[in-house]
Parts: sequence; C-alpha cells; structure tokens
Amino acid sequence: MDKFTTLTAPAAPLMMENVDTDLIIPKQFLKTIKRTGLGKNLFNDLRYTQDGQEIGNFVLNKPAYRKAGILLAGQNFGCGSSREHAPWSLLDFGIRCVIAPSFADIFYGNCFKNGILPLTLPMAAIEQLAAVADTTPVTVDLKNQTVKAGNLSFTFDIEPFRKTVLLEGLDDIGQTLQKTKAIDGFEAKQSTTQPWLYQEGK
Amino acid sequence: MPNTLYDKVWNAHVVEDRPDGTALIYIDRHLVHEVTSPQAFEGLRMSGRKVRRPDATLAVADHNVPTVGRENGIADPESREQVQTLEHNVKEFGVPYFDLMSDQQGIVHIVGPEQGFTLPGTTVVCGDSHTSTHGAFGALAFGIGTSEVEHVLATQTLVLKKSKTMLLHVDGTLGKGVTSKDIILKLISMIGTAGGTGHVIEFAGPVIEKLSMEARMSICNMSIEAGARAGMIAPDDITFAYLKGRPMAPKGADWDKAVAYWRTLKTDKGAAYDVEYRLDITDMPPQVTWGTSPETVADITANVPTTDAAHNAEHKAAMERMYDYMGITGGQKIEDIAVDKVFIGSCTNARIEDLRAAAAIAKGRHVAKNVQALVVPGSGLVRKQAEAEGLDKIFTEAGFEWRQPGCSMCLAMNADRLEPGERCASTSNRNFEGRQGRGGRTHLMSPAMAAAAAITGHLADVREFIK
Repeated sequence: MDKFTTLTAPAAPLMMENVDTDLIIPKQFLKTIKRTGLGKNLFNDLRYTQDGQEIGNFVLNKPAYRKAGILLAGQNFGCGSSREHAPWSLLDFGIRCVIAPSFADIFYGNCFKNGILPLTLPMAAIEQLAAVADTTPVTVDLKNQTVKAGNLSFTFDIEPFRKTVLLEGLDDIGQTLQKTKAIDGFEAKQSTTQPWLYQEGK
Repeated sequence: MPNTLYDKVWNAHVVEDRPDGTALIYIDRHLVHEVTSPQAFEGLRMSGRKVRRPDATLAVADHNVPTVGRENGIADPESREQVQTLEHNVKEFGVPYFDLMSDQQGIVHIVGPEQGFTLPGTTVVCGDSHTSTHGAFGALAFGIGTSEVEHVLATQTLVLKKSKTMLLHVDGTLGKGVTSKDIILKLISMIGTAGGTGHVIEFAGPVIEKLSMEARMSICNMSIEAGARAGMIAPDDITFAYLKGRPMAPKGADWDKAVAYWRTLKTDKGAAYDVEYRLDITDMPPQVTWGTSPETVADITANVPTTDAAHNAEHKAAMERMYDYMGITGGQKIEDIAVDKVFIGSCTNARIEDLRAAAAIAKGRHVAKNVQALVVPGSGLVRKQAEAEGLDKIFTEAGFEWRQPGCSMCLAMNADRLEPGERCASTSNRNFEGRQGRGGRTHLMSPAMAAAAAITGHLADVREFIK
C-alpha cells in the first residue's frame, strides 16, 4: 500500500448526502476478480448515459476536475454495501482523499486499507472549499492534520492509529502474523472452554 | 461492572489489547462468497499464506448465480468466471463449500444460521454488509471489506476499535399483518440511515422477545441500513430451540455446556448504553419506503411526504431528487402507486416463514395483469421445505414465478433486474438509485405486503386481505 503524507490536487465537489457504494461503483462492475481497472466506471450511472456517453454536467466530466485527486462530499458518504470495489474505483481514478462531514463505518475502514484518507470536516468548511475548487487546488497535510486552499485553512481530527497506518503504509497482515503466538494461545484456551467451535467437519 | 451483551461478546474475543486503543479480536466464523473474495485469495497466494482455520470458514456462491435453468450452467461469462474462481480457491485452500446444485446452497446469510454455523456468542464476519443478520443469535456479526477478508483468512483475527452501544427497545403489540420487517423499517426511519454510525445496536423489549428467530434475523439484517456496525439480540429459549439438531450445532454434552454458556449472554442489570431509544408499535400500520434511502419510510395508509417535512435546504433538494427518480409527487397517496414487478426474496426475507406469509396472501388469488412477480427462496433447503408444504403450487397457480435460490433481484448482479423506469415492490433491504437495475424504482416492504402488491398491481395494505 502506498503511504499517504501530503497531497495537492484539484478537489471535485460532489455535494450530495448519503452517497452509497452502489452509486460509487454499480453492481455490474463487481464481477471482476482484480482490484484494478475500476476507475473508468467510478460513479458510472452519474457519469455516463445508458449508451456510454459522458454526461457533461457531472462533476468528474468537467475540465477542471478530470484529474481530481480529492473529492468533496456531503454527510454519510459511502453508506450501504461493504464492497471494497468502492475505494478501489476511487483509487484507480486517482482520488486519494475524500472530504465529507461524516462517513459510513465499513467504507471508512476500507479506505485505510487502500491508502485513501477519508477526512472529516464540518459542512461549512467543505462548502468554502467547494466555492473555490474550480480554480484553487487543495493541499492536505496528514502529518500536521491541515487542509489548505488559497487563503482557506482548516485543521482536522483523525484517530492516531489510523494516521499511522497511512503515514507508514503498513501491511496489516504482516503485522498481525507477528502475533501468532498470542493467537495460538487464544485458540488453545477457547478450544477447552467452547470445544464446539472446533469440531466442524468431524 | 455490569456489561452489555456486546461488551460480553467483545471481551470474550480479545486476543490482545493494543496501546493505541484498538484490540486484536478473534473471529470464530467466516462466511465467504464469490464477489468479495477473489482478490483476498489472490493476496494469500501472492504472499504464500494459508487459510488459518478452514474449519471455521464456509463458502457458497450466491450474488451472481442464475435463478432459472441453473443446471445448464451460468450463461454470463464474467459471472461464470467469478463462481469458478471461488470453486478453484476453496479447493486450493481447503475451505468447505456448498456447490451450486446442492440443497445447502443459498444466500450466505440464510445458509449460516440454517446449518448451525452461526452460534450465540461468536464473532461472525463476511465480505458483505448484511452479515449483521447473524446478530439475531447474540453473535457479534458485521460486514468487512476484501482486505479484511484476506486478513481473517490469514490470521483468524481483525484489528478493531470498540464501537459505542445503542439500545432500541420495542414495546407494544404487533397488529395483524404487521411483521418484523415493518418494525425495522420504522426504526430506521426513526434514527435515520446514519443514526447507528459507530454503534452496535441491541434490539430488546417484549416485542423482540416474542419474535421467531427468522423474524429476528430480518431485523438484525437491516441494522446496516441504520448505519450500525452490527445489531444484536440476546439469545433465549427460542434461539436454542432453533439451533438444536442443526448440522453444525453442538451435540450431546457439548450442547448442554453450550446452552449454559449462551444463557449468560444478556445485558446485565444496570449496564449502560451510550444511546437508548424506545418505540411502541401498537397500532402501527404496515410500512413501505417511498424514496431512494431506507429511511424514507411511511405508513401504507399515508401520502408521500411533501417537502414541508424537509429539515433544511439539502434535505429538500434530496427529497426533490427522490421524487424525480422515483416518478412520484409529494402528497400523492401511497396506495395509488402502481408496480411493474414484485420481488420476494433476499437475505432479509427469503426464509420459510417469509414464503408462508406471502403464500397465505397469494392463495386462491392471481397476480395482476402486467405485473411480473418472482419468488426466490433463500436456500435450496428453504425451497425444498416450501415445496414439501405445497407453497410452490400456491405461488405458480397464482401467477408467481418459482425460482432457484440466490441474491437475485436484491442487487441485480444476475439476470434478474429492473429495466429503466420499472417499479418494484420488494422484500429486500436497499432502495438506492439503480440498486435493482439502472433507473429501477424500489419500494421496500414485508413479504405479505409484496404479495398484496402483486395481486392488486399497486402498493396495497395487506390488512385488507386478512380481515
């Protein structure tokens, strides 16, 4: 996973509430067995007509945002299905940071597994960023927890363990496998207190 | 210190508390399906890792599978490849699997409980948000992404931060024709689709205690539609009676020992929740959704809300977008909304009691002209049971299509879907834009209500059928 430290990029305003993961990447694109290649179908039904033509007034089709690296959105972003295809499609498009007033839990967790920063700011701040977004790139500094655009400057909160994961680009599984002894110990104990959890297929 | 049900299950699974406030949590049960697992198995393969506990893992294909003519294989090449990839992966990694033609195949959240794989006090995960279903057994069950699927396959653990707790206490008496689906729709409208964010919900109270296991599963299933990490119900005699004798449930002396432990899994007197809500459902009519968010719920007897109900400018804009997408107007009588299709199925409502409730309405009646109605059982075993009871005959004689088990039109990954502008009365869990097919319009409701819509050709009050 790529580290996330600072990012300066155009920020595309998608000022809708409750953007669900079906909207981020519709079901027909979940048939892939790969993580890559989903960027072209990010927000497919908002971005293209039924016959595949670009819808000109959709934000990511506008010249200022075709290379957006940041997305600005409304509350409860990423609700619904647990599909990790949602962060994969954002990443494949080139978006490494989503700024919204709140996120749904599963989507929020999935972002950190993919080097994407889901960043929480109050709606009023996001509206100020959106107002200047077509001419002013946004700079996100994770280490110092700041968001800046032109004269605008905000600070944001993030849980320290989440911050570390992104700053260091950690391999979660490798880390947990170092705890194999503790896991072995847990299983040894549980298999005596709840033996019925260890008997399938026997 | 008094503990909640969630605290007890959490505490029993801490492998290690970490200094940053998270914990390494042991996972007892891992359900796997074809859509969210290929990249996880590929990850294991690339790093030379194994599945730590194949015996605690169970795989089945459900999202992509055809519901007619399955014996002829899967026509869509991408769907076929995804199912074949799962079949290859379970073989390579030694994971138990129910193949497409076996009676045990079905929707992952119906199969787990049916087999006794889901047990009280366990941690249950799956790469699917409706894993919350299994919380009906007093399990801590939640959906995860594919990276976490890989993490669980490799380590049988997850690094988690403890959630906050919420109590939803349901009082009163359920009216005729009103079901657990109506209760959960009402609760979602009450707390909102983000109301449960960061929380694990415990459903409790006299109404919940009287519900069957299947009805409880429908409630916990939609915890995610309220934004919650998980939903739980304390196990009791109804839970134990449901589990006894299931293929993977404990047997003999283990059974007695297990039940003794499971009886301790309830919230202690004096334990505090972070948030509590109460709902009295006495006199509550059947509920339906009118918009494109599961919180847009109304009584079947009501009108579509007008924008006078909007809290602010953004909410008003969202409501207007919903009217436009749904092809309805604010103030319109809900019962006047005509449907093109009816879908009875999904992990929310495709169990035997759901099919019985729908069949009771369908019996001796006929699906309205120009309406296509599908009944998709949740598993091969549900299908078989329904056929043994003659429900398939009732449905087909009434003009419903009797299908093979799978997720089907809940998310429309297979051939079962809405065409643009088509409207569906659906027993599933999500009414998002495009969920059942691009441009498709979904109204969520109970199985009996969906059957009533199929018969009348419009959204209808099922109570009119059972006077």
